[in-house]
Amino acid sequence: MKKTEVPQDSRPEYGGERRALYALDDRGQYATVPSAGWRADEIVNQQAVDEYRRLADEALQRARAGQVSALEFHMYDRRMELETLAQATGLWRWRVRRHLQPAVFARLSPALLQRYADALGVTVAQLRVIPSPGVIPSAARDLVRDDVAAGDPSSPRSSG
Amino acid sequence: MTPARAMNAPEQPAVFEHRHAGHCETGVTAGLLRHAGLELSEPMALGLGNGLTFVHLPFFKVGGLPLTSYRQPPGSIYRTLARRLGFKLRRQRFASPDEGMRALDAHLDAGRVVGAQSSVFWLPYFPPTMRFHFNAHNLIVYGRENGAPAADGGGSPVYLISDPVFEHPQRCAGADLAKARFVKGALAPKGLLYWPEDVPATIDYARLVPKAIRGTVNMMVRTPVPILGVRGIRYLARRIEKLQQGDPRYARLFVGQIVRMQEEIGTGGGGFRFMYAAFLQEAGERLDSAVLKDASRQMTDTGDAWRQFALAGAKFVKDKKSQDFAGLVTALNACAEREEQVYRFLLKNS
Repeated sequence: MKKTEVPQDSRPEYGGERRALYALDDRGQYATVPSAGWRADEIVNQQAVDEYRRLADEALQRARAGQVSALEFHMYDRRMELETLAQATGLWRWRVRRHLQPAVFARLSPALLQRYADALGVTVAQLRVIPSPGVIPSAARDLVRDDVAAGDPSSPRSSG
Repeated sequence: MTPARAMNAPEQPAVFEHRHAGHCETGVTAGLLRHAGLELSEPMALGLGNGLTFVHLPFFKVGGLPLTSYRQPPGSIYRTLARRLGFKLRRQRFASPDEGMRALDAHLDAGRVVGAQSSVFWLPYFPPTMRFHFNAHNLIVYGRENGAPAADGGGSPVYLISDPVFEHPQRCAGADLAKARFVKGALAPKGLLYWPEDVPATIDYARLVPKAIRGTVNMMVRTPVPILGVRGIRYLARRIEKLQQGDPRYARLFVGQIVRMQEEIGTGGGGFRFMYAAFLQEAGERLDSAVLKDASRQMTDTGDAWRQFALAGAKFVKDKKSQDFAGLVTALNACAEREEQVYRFLLKNS
C-alpha cells in the first residue's frame, strides 16, 4: 500500500482520532500514515454493531410479550451473548439460560441480580426494567448514541 | 488533548512520549522499551516477537463466530521479545480491583510507566461503535491526576493513558479503568500490569533477525496443521465455499468476522502484512540484505491482496443479495498464493 492509497473515508464516530497504517512513501520507505477510516472496515464493523442491535430489539419485543426476561434484552444491548455473559458473571451457561425465563428472573436473589448488574454495567433497578417503546435505557445511552440515533429522525444529527 | 507528561511526579525526569502505532501489543512493547532506553520500532517488535501468523479456529467462537487471527495470541509477542532481546519481563496480576489500582498508583508514584491489559468495551474513550467485549487490549498508563485536592477527600483520580492505537494520549477515570482492568471472561486481564527490566542497550540484529524470520516462515509453510499458516488460509477458503449451502445471514456474519479481525482496531490494517513488510524492509536495511528488501516488496503485495479480500468481503456483507462466494474464494486463495511465495522465497534464500 502506498501513502496515497491509505484510505481517508471520514468516520465521524472516531471523534477526530485517526488510525496509524503502515504504507510506502514516495521513496519506497515504510512509515505510519494516519488514516481517517476505511469504508470497507466501517461496513463490517457496523455489521457487528447492527447484529447486536437486531438481537436486542427482538429480545425487547419478546420481553414485552412476556416470553423472556429483561435480562435477555440487557445482555444483547451490552453487546454480549450467552457465552460472554456467563463468563462475565462466572455462572454456568445453563443457569444464565434459565434466568432468561421471566418467572425465574423475577425470583432471583438480590445477590444474583447484583452479579448481573455488575457484569452488564447497569444498576439492579435498570436491570429489572423492560424499557418502554422509544425509551433508551440510561445505562445503554453511551453505546446507542451512534447506532440508534442515526436512524432516529428526531435526532439533532439528521438536522445538523 | 492532554500533553504527555507525568503530572504527579514533577521530579521524575523521563517524560513519556506517546507514539501512534498500528497495533496495541506491538505499540505498547515498543513504547515501554523506548521509555526504558532501547529504541525499537513497532514493526521490529512484531518481526522479532514472531507476531505474524494466520490461524482459523473453527471450534473456538468469538461472539458465536469462529476465530480467525492474523497474529499470535495476546502476550506472545512480549514473551518472545523478552527472551530474544534478553530483558526481564515483570508482570503482576491481582485478586481485587482495589489491590490492582493501589499497585498501579504505587508504580506511578515511583515514576514507573507500566503496560496494562484491559477490556475494550469498558474504556469510555473508545468510540461507541468500536466497543466490543475483547479483553486483551493493551495500553500504557503514564500518569495520574487527582480530581480534587487530598484535603477534600482526594476526589477520584483520572489516569493518563497512552493507548498506541489512538493518535493522541487519552484520559480515563479511575473507576472506569478499574472496571476495564478487572472484567471477567475469556482472556480476563486480572488487572495485569507489566514493565521491562534490565533492558539491554543494543540489539544484535544480525543474529536475531534470521532466527525470527525462520520461526515465522516455518510456522506459515511447514506446519502439518491444516488450520494454521498458508494451509489455514486455503482451509478457510474451502469453508467459505461451503457456506453457499447454508443460511445466507450466517454466511454474511461469518465473512464479516474474518474481515473485522483483519482490519479492526489493534490489528494494523492488511492483517499485519504491511507492518511485517515494514519489518522486512528495516531488517533488510540494517543487515544490507537484498533478499530481505525483495521479500519486503513481496510482503507488501501480500498485504495488498488481503486488502482486496477485505474489499470483496465488505461488498459481500453490504450487498445482501450478493452470491459472489466464488469471488471471495478467489481473493482469499490469491492471498494464500502470495504468502506462500514470500515464505518459499525466504526459505530458499536465507
